[in-house]
Amino acid sequence: MSKKVEHLDKVTIRFAGDSGDGMQLVGTQFSNTAGTVGNSVNTFPDYPSEIRAPEGTLYGVSAYQIHFGSKKVNTIGDKIDVLVCMNASSLKVNLPNVRERGIIIANTAGFGEKNLKLAKYETNPLEDGSLSKYQLIKINMSEMMKQELADLGISPKAVERTKNIFALGFVYWLFNRPLDLTEKWLKEKFANKPQILEANLRALRAGYNYGAARQEMIVQYNVHHADLPKGTYRNITGNEACAIGLVAAATKAKLPLFLGSYPITPATEILHFISGYKQFGVKVLQAEDEIAGICSAIGASYGGYLAATTTSGPGLSLKVEALGLAVILELPLVVIDVQRAGPSTGLPTKPEQSDLNIAYYGRHGEAPIPIVAASGAADCFAMTIEAARIALKYMTPVILLSDGYMAQGTEPWRIPDMSELPDLSVNFATDPETFKPYRRDPETLARMWAVPGTPNLEHRIGGLEKEDITGLVSHDPLNHQKMVELRQKKIDGIVNDIPLAEVEGEQSGDLLVVAWGSVYGPVKTAFDSLREQGHKISYTHLKYIRPFPKNLGEILSRFERIVVPEMNMGQLADLLQSKFLRPVLRINKVQGMPFKAKEIETKLLELLNNKGDK
Amino acid sequence: MTTMLQDIVVKRNVPTNQYTPKDFKVDIDVRWCAGCGGYSILSQVQRIMPELGIPREKIVFVSGIGCSSRFPYYINVYGFHSIHGRALAVASGLKIARPDLSVWIATGDGDCMSIGGNHFIHACRRNVDINVLMFNNEVYSLTKGQYSPTSQPGQKTKTSPFGVVDDPFNPASLALGSGATFVARGYDRDPKMLQYLFERAAAHKGISFVEIYANCVIFNDGAFDKYTEKEYRDDTTVWLEDGKPLIFGKNRDKGIILDGFTPVVVSFEDGKYSPNDVIVHNEKDSILAFILANMTYNPEVPRPIGVFQSIDKPSYEEKVENQIEEVTKKLGEGDINKLMRGEDFWTID
Repeated sequence: MSKKVEHLDKVTIRFAGDSGDGMQLVGTQFSNTAGTVGNSVNTFPDYPSEIRAPEGTLYGVSAYQIHFGSKKVNTIGDKIDVLVCMNASSLKVNLPNVRERGIIIANTAGFGEKNLKLAKYETNPLEDGSLSKYQLIKINMSEMMKQELADLGISPKAVERTKNIFALGFVYWLFNRPLDLTEKWLKEKFANKPQILEANLRALRAGYNYGAARQEMIVQYNVHHADLPKGTYRNITGNEACAIGLVAAATKAKLPLFLGSYPITPATEILHFISGYKQFGVKVLQAEDEIAGICSAIGASYGGYLAATTTSGPGLSLKVEALGLAVILELPLVVIDVQRAGPSTGLPTKPEQSDLNIAYYGRHGEAPIPIVAASGAADCFAMTIEAARIALKYMTPVILLSDGYMAQGTEPWRIPDMSELPDLSVNFATDPETFKPYRRDPETLARMWAVPGTPNLEHRIGGLEKEDITGLVSHDPLNHQKMVELRQKKIDGIVNDIPLAEVEGEQSGDLLVVAWGSVYGPVKTAFDSLREQGHKISYTHLKYIRPFPKNLGEILSRFERIVVPEMNMGQLADLLQSKFLRPVLRINKVQGMPFKAKEIETKLLELLNNKGDK
Repeated sequence: MTTMLQDIVVKRNVPTNQYTPKDFKVDIDVRWCAGCGGYSILSQVQRIMPELGIPREKIVFVSGIGCSSRFPYYINVYGFHSIHGRALAVASGLKIARPDLSVWIATGDGDCMSIGGNHFIHACRRNVDINVLMFNNEVYSLTKGQYSPTSQPGQKTKTSPFGVVDDPFNPASLALGSGATFVARGYDRDPKMLQYLFERAAAHKGISFVEIYANCVIFNDGAFDKYTEKEYRDDTTVWLEDGKPLIFGKNRDKGIILDGFTPVVVSFEDGKYSPNDVIVHNEKDSILAFILANMTYNPEVPRPIGVFQSIDKPSYEEKVENQIEEVTKKLGEGDINKLMRGEDFWTID
């Protein structure tokens, strides 16, 4: 019998196992390889908030999902085509999402009596026929590796830890992928541990060969490379894109970079990455708390740095008072909020878009702050540059909203050339003849930036209301009104310096979908699908939320109905309603999980079929 | 031509006779109450500034909220009046970013030890090279008279009409316990002493913490009279001087010895003890500093005033810069294009 090969456009794979099984690692390796061979890729790690939950339990399951294809993929995939499960619990948790006739690759060693009990299975699902709707591939990976590595003399524990690499090798065979990228990575990672390196290299090949030896029984799949625009690409998470974006922004601003932050899931990786960029002259303070994180950044900004602080919801709550300080000081500051499900500690590892209100309104007094929102992992880079550009040009704090989904998920990112990025250079005040602390640029209304160390510009700034132009403390009633209005006018004026909103699909008509943030992926997928089916529907995705693009009101006025899908209870919908006095329909999901494209498609289809539904 | 930050971050020394105290005065009215301890602190700071040899534009005063925190408005250097409790966090960021600046903090007992307590202990532990002047009046004054974390047990304030039941912080012990490398105490009534302590603080590399007893004429008048007024202070305080024995009293007839780890007052009058028996102060001895700081609320012994400890350790911002230098030497100067590309990239033609 000959080798069986099928072609597929898009595939969703989910590697699932125990927290300690190395699922994140193999998932990352697979997505890097898929990207390198030219597939469009979208990934999402899904891990429990416990670091090492008790072994084998349902709540200890860690997974990594990869959606890749020969066409542009915008989501992590609604249904799982291939589930790799290392134990009974990981099967139980993920089975509801596996499509019918999907492939389940099960490590039988993880389905012992104890595993079944922990997973609350009465009988072994691999043996009792309950998986007859799926293509089941059973492999005792632990046993395979024991035999494979018998001569190496490494500990049984070390042998057991190679089973994830075996699984990866098998999946590489299944999708006809090269091993060299992972081999290279293993060689670098275990350069100083030759035995462990040998064990892992053998595991990778053993997995691959296991498939090759059974090619007449198991179908192999081909997924061609996607037609992406020309350029150099890499896979990137939103968090890494923010971190690199800050360094790139500082480079374009010709300013040193300072990051003051406190660890918080899911934003911490930005702090991790930037802490590793010392060779760029970056100064990082892992502060004693969230408040010190932002306050130290404000101090550095006062000293003439491009300063940033990174956080998530609970941290943003703590930073609120200092944000108001940055508003009245009129100093540049980039605040990156990687949103997670709240309130309070909420679901710390799960994404939500519920910080829009606090970003928009969460300060005492009249304290407008520009808000920009990335639409996906790769877009985090561009929007970090935008946040820095607005902050430096308008002398203001800027909030960039990301979320746990795009922060940890990956996408291929076309790496821009530095010359494509805007020039962010600044003009420090130096002339005592013309300097006044609150003298403004007539066009941007940004105040002058004079940093300590500049002779004869000694001046005082602070949280007390300042007199227009001179910056002296002033309690004058009319001055306060004037300053409040000036600060507002400055932020409102940014509207002339941001791109207009665009409408995909019909330019006017019945139904306009408006979305922001990482719901872009599922909305775009649903939208494209509905268009292919011949429906008349339109889509505007917002990356600028404060101020809104200049033409947004006009766009909204061209449509009968407006609908906003968002991972909250309608925070953007409320904003649109109050700004533009239009009723806004809502599609809300607050389950700590991103929307599935199908969920949105179904809801939109309902609306399209019920025109009277306002 | 555009001015770059590196043009501003240049070292510049000025001769110590370039300025007079007048150069550090501003043309606005100081709005503390008549008789406030703040006035003395302000003039002593203005008096020592010309002596430091630091250009005026390189000096920054950062403050939080409270009466003391108005200080930056009253001195002609760069000034930053931040929010309640956060002066040390702002100043830490500034000093880490700009080691070329001389960064000072004006704060109070509430601002520094209550709402800003976390920033205080962490700034001490990191040893950022900043000078913290804490005006201790043992009361919240700007909010018109509530007890503070240094208010004394039994003290009657608007929020403790029947007396304070909290135990107070001992600022010197808190600073030492948090790892501060320079810890001192002085009081508003003695200008020369304050000038000496401020000069020492300025000269010290690393964090300098100076607690200053500052009388609040309105809400806690006379709180420190027992230690600061001429008629009492010789007998109620002991001046800490490096290498000198701890002798005090109007007639310098009393000293402090250690009984185990407990400081005890002895008299030289009956001949049983002589000045040779008493503790000799050593600013480099951290254990001694703890013992001396703990004399603060002990009614059996005089209150120690002066420098408790002054030890040398590399400052935080210096270590940050050194690490950047080492890493850059090892890895080479960062290449943004390489960083953007990462390890695994591919090209689509």
